[in-house]
Amino acid sequence: MTNLDQTPLLSVEALNKSFGRQAACRDVSFELWPGEVLGIVGESGSGKSTLLNAIAGRLSVDSGKVLYRTGGNDIIDLAAASEAQRRHLMRTEWGFVQQHARDGLRMTFSAGANIGERLMALGQKHYGSLRDTALDWLQAVEIAPDRIDDLPRTFSGGMQQRLQIARNLVTRPRIVLMDEPTGGLDVSVQARLLDLIRRLVQEHNVACIVVTHDLGVARLLAHRLMVMRRGQVVEAGLTDQLLDDPQHAYTQLLVSSVLSV
Amino acid sequence: MSVQQNYRTGATLAGYNFAFLDEQTKRMLRRAILKAVAIPGYQVPFGSREMPLPYGWGTGGMQVTAAVIGSKDVLKVIDQGADDTTNAVSIRRFFVRMTNVATTEKTRAATLIQTRHRVPEIPLSEGQILVYQVPIPEPLRWLEPRETETRKMHALSEYGVMHVKLYEDIAQHGHISTAYDYPVVVNGRYLMRCSPIPKFDTPKLNMNPALQLFGAGREKRIYAVPPYTEVKPLDFEDHPFEVERWPESCALCGAGDSFLDEVILDDKGSRMFVCSDTDYCGERREAGHTGRMSAPYKAEAAE
Repeated sequence: MTNLDQTPLLSVEALNKSFGRQAACRDVSFELWPGEVLGIVGESGSGKSTLLNAIAGRLSVDSGKVLYRTGGNDIIDLAAASEAQRRHLMRTEWGFVQQHARDGLRMTFSAGANIGERLMALGQKHYGSLRDTALDWLQAVEIAPDRIDDLPRTFSGGMQQRLQIARNLVTRPRIVLMDEPTGGLDVSVQARLLDLIRRLVQEHNVACIVVTHDLGVARLLAHRLMVMRRGQVVEAGLTDQLLDDPQHAYTQLLVSSVLSV
Repeated sequence: MSVQQNYRTGATLAGYNFAFLDEQTKRMLRRAILKAVAIPGYQVPFGSREMPLPYGWGTGGMQVTAAVIGSKDVLKVIDQGADDTTNAVSIRRFFVRMTNVATTEKTRAATLIQTRHRVPEIPLSEGQILVYQVPIPEPLRWLEPRETETRKMHALSEYGVMHVKLYEDIAQHGHISTAYDYPVVVNGRYLMRCSPIPKFDTPKLNMNPALQLFGAGREKRIYAVPPYTEVKPLDFEDHPFEVERWPESCALCGAGDSFLDEVILDDKGSRMFVCSDTDYCGERREAGHTGRMSAPYKAEAAE
């Protein structure tokens, strides 16, 4: 990790979100520093995805703060920010990689158009340079450049996921949120995708929050881990430390339940 | 009294209000139109009424026309540029029965023009009103199916995705292949669909001295381009907006500056190009202009 500044990029303070009587996130607080990859693990229904969606502004929060330090070094509370401001940040300084690539891609538009969309939304209106950028990014995510005019539905699952990552990284975001980025992919494709994400995260120095239920993915990607259960963070710490020496009973259970071959 | 008698005597049909709609409905429509004029390009919702015509046949345009027509108006109705096609004839007849206004085929003589899919070739002037029939008012519809989301996108001017569509055109066809209903930005603010007019007509919307009103009956939206408003088609820096061109000029009047329809003449591949605007073509022929196929006919007639 490099470029650690004095203030965190994102700090979440006492975030609460419930659906009726069901509390999905209870008093969640954490900080994210530039260039850091934070993993959120836990069983299904533990509130991981709700937390991610709440941070991204896709869900309104009941209480708490989501303080983000922008590129211009202003601190804004995303939970209270205007929708216009939030949507602008989501298109520029933030990225969101969905579990299912088809939720994050425009399936009826070619790969090149998918990569160029964020740039066009920012007002780039030169076809030639949009295309050059798209070619560069296809290369960066290991997709053959001659697939630039093909529709994402002609791509394999792994390629779609890589295209989605390229589409998000094209504006050089400072934070990328990933919801189970390797879910539903077979093991060899998963490994390749993990390598790619690790490389891109390092090259572009983006901070990531990766939600996963797969401890192997967490071990490979994350610098730091947060274990969630029933909407609460039960344990947090450096990945290796936490997985090698789990303190909380639930983390111990989680670690011991991983199948080893 | 029968309909036919009415038609002759000049009185409007008994039992119907002037211009078919009741006064409260017209009031509601006029309020929507005023709002639309105040916010150029913004789609104003209105309570669309059932018209004696199926949706998709110009019910939106008819309601707008009914709301603005007065007894002294001179009405012209065109469909694809022609005054004598089914849709134009039936709508014109409807308004004659319901208002007994004078009608014309001359663009210059009309005060109110309802149109489907064309802007007249003869430039409009101040004081004229052009009413468009609009099937789908939302330019972002095929890119974003949710109405709540498209409204938000309009509110926040998030129009980047429209360029994605034009990008896709170039990527697949080598040029912007969108040929009609070309996306435009009105007054530097709202993205607008200019109804399915060919892109040949799109530049005519810009800084037009006439008032342009758009009515979508099924979708229940009215929008407007007030006189002398900037209307800018979207494009790329290296792929600028261009209008269609034809290999020939009009076969009847020889016009090289009008929108031409291609007419297949036989099964051996012969064809002719002819002005889609019948009034414009007729006016030119009256003035003595001839085209590739009009000359021999005239010669025959002279013999």
